[in-house]
Amino acid sequence: METSANTLADSKLAGREYQYGFTTDVEMEALKKGLNEDVIRNLSAKKNEPAFLLEFRLKAYRKWLTMTEPLWAHVNYPPIDYQDIVYFAKPKQKPQIAGLDEVDPEILRTFEKLGIPLDEQKKLANVAVDAVFDSVSVATTHKKKLLEHGVIFCSISEAVQEYPELIEQYLGSVVPIGDNFYAALNSAVFTDGSFVFIPPNTRCPMELSTYFRINTEESGQFERTLIVCSEGSHVSYLEGCTAPKFDTNQLHAAVVELVTLDNAEIKYSTVQNWYSGDPVTGKGGIYNFVTKRGLCKGRNSKISWTQVETGSAITWKYPSCVLAGDNSIGEFYSVALTNGYMQADTGTKMIHLGKNTRSRIVSKGISSDKSTNAYRGLVRIGKNATGARNFSQCDSMLVGSECAAHTFPYLEVGNEEAVVEHEASTSKISEDQLFYFESRGIVREDAVAMILNGFCKEVFQQLPMEFAVEAQKLLTLKLENSVG
Amino acid sequence: MTAILDINELKAGLNGVEILKGISLCIQPGEVHAIMGPNGSGKSTLSKVVAGHPDYTVASGEILFHGEILTDIPPDARARKGIFLGFQYPVEIPGVNNSEFLRMAYNARRKEKGLEELDPFDFQELLADKMKLLDMDARFKDRGVNEGFSGGEKKRNEILQMAVLEPSLAILDETDSGLDVDALKIVSKGINALRKPDNAVLLITHYQRLLDYVQPDYVHVLAHGKILKSGKKDLAREVETRGYDWVTG
Ligand SMILES: Nc1ncnc2c1ncn2[C@@H]1O[C@H](COP(=O)(O)OP(=O)(O)OP(=O)(O)O)[C@@H](O)[C@H]1O
Ligand SMILES: [Mg+2]
Repeated sequence: METSANTLADSKLAGREYQYGFTTDVEMEALKKGLNEDVIRNLSAKKNEPAFLLEFRLKAYRKWLTMTEPLWAHVNYPPIDYQDIVYFAKPKQKPQIAGLDEVDPEILRTFEKLGIPLDEQKKLANVAVDAVFDSVSVATTHKKKLLEHGVIFCSISEAVQEYPELIEQYLGSVVPIGDNFYAALNSAVFTDGSFVFIPPNTRCPMELSTYFRINTEESGQFERTLIVCSEGSHVSYLEGCTAPKFDTNQLHAAVVELVTLDNAEIKYSTVQNWYSGDPVTGKGGIYNFVTKRGLCKGRNSKISWTQVETGSAITWKYPSCVLAGDNSIGEFYSVALTNGYMQADTGTKMIHLGKNTRSRIVSKGISSDKSTNAYRGLVRIGKNATGARNFSQCDSMLVGSECAAHTFPYLEVGNEEAVVEHEASTSKISEDQLFYFESRGIVREDAVAMILNGFCKEVFQQLPMEFAVEAQKLLTLKLENSVG
Repeated sequence: MTAILDINELKAGLNGVEILKGISLCIQPGEVHAIMGPNGSGKSTLSKVVAGHPDYTVASGEILFHGEILTDIPPDARARKGIFLGFQYPVEIPGVNNSEFLRMAYNARRKEKGLEELDPFDFQELLADKMKLLDMDARFKDRGVNEGFSGGEKKRNEILQMAVLEPSLAILDETDSGLDVDALKIVSKGINALRKPDNAVLLITHYQRLLDYVQPDYVHVLAHGKILKSGKKDLAREVETRGYDWVTG
């Protein structure tokens, strides 16, 4: 089976030249740089949004003005000029696309080049794709088939028009507008993203996925994803990202909200490979400041985050679970790889509110070259969360001697009966291990790849199969020159 | 006939310290040689130098394998040409599946011979046969390479790898140390199964009991980085009864 996953890495590529660094020449329609209430009104009007949403945006904007950028993360970057960003850029085309034949062929070609055929004949058999180009969703495949099962999968702009009551009910219900600086900014200016609604007692018949592509140099990308999984339902969702190479930094400040009702389960997987800047000079790359949170609202519900973070100049990201429903389960499986001058501060928050809630954290950090890689995790057990349990495991692997790994676990236990376990380790690939492989005829690069894949196995096992293969290739590709 | 291994006046060491001080050794196809010698005499060093460990430098002399000078050939290429080193202390490689690892090694060697790679399915069959020969529990396949293996299990896993790879030269560095009586018999069976007219085995051991099961053609005593005495298999017995002082003193 051909899949979209094929795209995030290509093992044939020599060295670790970023493969997706091209730009696409399409006519874009963009708002002027800068941000004020008029820009927001203008944006909202262009999108023909209902009043509640404009209100939502303005409230968020006013909140944002009172906030300051978080500085606690273990990352370093020059101040961002928020007035120097284009907040809305979209391919110039007819306002409503009826079918794929109306999408700019240049954009279709871009996605094809990325390995994601959108056209109806070639589209991926078992994966429905929503393709987001700069700020706008350009195509969603398999929509009809999904609707037959009652599954709604469309761009969030479309959902605002078609299902405003669902949007009004759930938007901002997990990540409130004032949650943090970037989430407030996103709430004010988000332009598109994906929306998923799974009706009760439905197992979504295929993998859903969104593929993000930043194309315009000075635009920020502020997508918003909302997934609601009703009682007794299940959905698996994948997210992939690439961007062209620019010498400047682009801001990516997305918000993802997940809601599970009684006995529902959402599995959310990310393979992130934004351009990470020049590996030698450290110039350029994406600032990936993302807020992802899931609310296990119902009893016995489950939210599982799996992420493979291999790109971006800076990653600031803590996919979290609020375990409100009794017996609900939150999981976080992460591989974060940094090389060159990359900086990652990533981890999770598990907030136990309901009784007998359980969470599991498995974090694997790999750092090489001059990069820094920090795990930051919070486990909070509320006073009513009797019987709550958490298990955390944070392992770091250092490749080379100039990189750094840090672990910042935070624990707040408000219930005496809760059980919380934390394990951590730091390791290096030893010369003896490499020689062992070599003495069996296996070349050094393959040895490193096998050791790293072994190190990340628990996380990769959580990914849908094709993505797991892709993620492995991606790791190998990224570290090709880091191990001498 | 070209020797499988031909070492001439080899001087080698590590961090500027000379450990091997002029070793010569010639192994013909079909032969089994045993090397004995006191602790620290340089036995493991010799095996690693032949396998191409990057930490060791060859100061002078040469190693020929099937007539080819090995000096500039990296360890992985030596392995693909058919040199196998069974380690005295096999490392653990957590998370790397034992059978995956073996398949990768096996296919690397096949590719070198111009043969097609074996798919996982066919390889599983081959592996199952070899494991049966060595009386190994099937669950070792799916564990991490040597991960949490007992000392004896690690040694048996080395022999499994040897059985799968069918090297033309197997150097077994104290594979018998740490094996119980039954395991020793099984491992010996594995080594004997590899004995073919066109293969050779170099056994490094401290004990006569292995040599009761795997009868060597020649025995060498290595001490202070030199081969001080060579002989037929009774030399081993003699060393065991009279001690190394008899040779070195
Ligand atoms: N990495 C190293 N650093 C320093 N010295 C070393 C190193 N490796 C080997 N040596 C030294 O080289 C000498 C030979 O070691 P080697 O391991 O070859 O001995 P051996 O004959 O295999 O001994 P044993 O019977 O105990 O296994 C010893 O004196 C040892 O201390
Ligand atoms: Mg030794």
